[in-house]
Amino acid sequence: MAEKQLLLEIVTPEKNVVKDEVLMVVAPGAHGEFCILPTHTPFLTTLKVGAIRYKDKGGAERYVFVNGGFSEALPDKVTILAESAERRRDVDVERARAAMKRAEERLAELQRDAARREEINHTRARAALERAMARLRVAERG
Amino acid sequence: MATLKDIQLKIVGVKKTKQITKAMNMVAASKLRSAQQKMEDFRPYAAKFGEVLGSLAERAGSGGNPLLVEREEVKTVDIIVMSSDRGLCGSFNNNLIVEANNFAQEKSAEGKQVRFIAAGKKGRDFARKKGLTINREHIGVVGGRFGFNIASTIGAAVINDFLSEATDEVYVVSSEFISVARQVATIKRLIPIPAMEPEEKEEAESPATGEYLPEHICEPSAAELMEELLPRNVSIQIYSALLETSASEHAARMMAMDNATTACNDMITSLTLVYNKARQAAVTAELMDIVGGAEALK
Repeated sequence: MAEKQLLLEIVTPEKNVVKDEVLMVVAPGAHGEFCILPTHTPFLTTLKVGAIRYKDKGGAERYVFVNGGFSEALPDKVTILAESAERRRDVDVERARAAMKRAEERLAELQRDAARREEINHTRARAALERAMARLRVAERG
Repeated sequence: MATLKDIQLKIVGVKKTKQITKAMNMVAASKLRSAQQKMEDFRPYAAKFGEVLGSLAERAGSGGNPLLVEREEVKTVDIIVMSSDRGLCGSFNNNLIVEANNFAQEKSAEGKQVRFIAAGKKGRDFARKKGLTINREHIGVVGGRFGFNIASTIGAAVINDFLSEATDEVYVVSSEFISVARQVATIKRLIPIPAMEPEEKEEAESPATGEYLPEHICEPSAAELMEELLPRNVSIQIYSALLETSASEHAARMMAMDNATTACNDMITSLTLVYNKARQAAVTAELMDIVGGAEALK
């Protein structure tokens, strides 16, 4: 094959989500989205909650939801370690919608009732909202 | 001597017990398989994580990360005690509890305050009975279906306690799964994170992988990455301990139930023998009666 390839591995503590030869990976880094092509220089970064996009051997774009984690890129291999990750077809849209609704309600409630605005609840609700939205974005794309 | 009816009833009872122990044995065996599978699935993640952390630690050094620094004065010690929620698994829980208790007594003797974090009902009940301080409890985790998020929750809580100086050291008592026939209760320090030996690991690995390139560009800096990874390392340790303890529980129960089934078989054999003897004796007695009666009629 003329084109050089990358081996992409997305690993969570519970299972190996993706192990595939790919042409390109785009991931949400802590300092912004980045793209990795074959022969990338060794690179290590943390990831935000969001979508990983990669192009497989056939050139089809695929999406995977990641819940934070970090990624290590080597010239011929990208490893992504995430606490949880789901391929697009595995994302539970109903659950994500419900979670989004719950988080929104919770945030609105905290907004109204300033006295009960505990820092922890607030960040937790925000994180939940972010996760739900990222999941939905992954599910709706493609 | 027990009557025939009594013996028969006893045999029936033992047979029923045997059915139960046999079923439990099979359930434990199938749960053990899935627990082992889970351990297997976790391995690549843990291996990769260790590799990255090792190479980072080599470059960033301990970097004064609070999770690595040992406190000079240790006032409070938290012990995460893992145990099963249910019994009938031989000496499994006892081993863990004895280990935890000895350690706790050792620490109290040094004048430190000891708090338990119970992951599992048996450990909690023990601590309750002894009137020990229970900081938190997580029931329904070990031996059941649990995800990484539970380990994260436990990890985040102990890290919080440590950073807010509510505790100075955190240990984990868990069961190490060596083989189906052997599980050993072990104690490990979780926080402060024991110094890693990256060199040793690096040397062991680089000849095998050959072209492993440790010089990454890091974003953010290596020290900041460490800050991200170390808390996660704590969760990983907890998760792996939970997995091993779960596998151990099922293995221990399987062995215990296997022994119980064998004991039931032995009992049935000897009871059947007694039953047959008693029956024979009854037949003989009856014969004697008949013969005696016939004799008297002559």
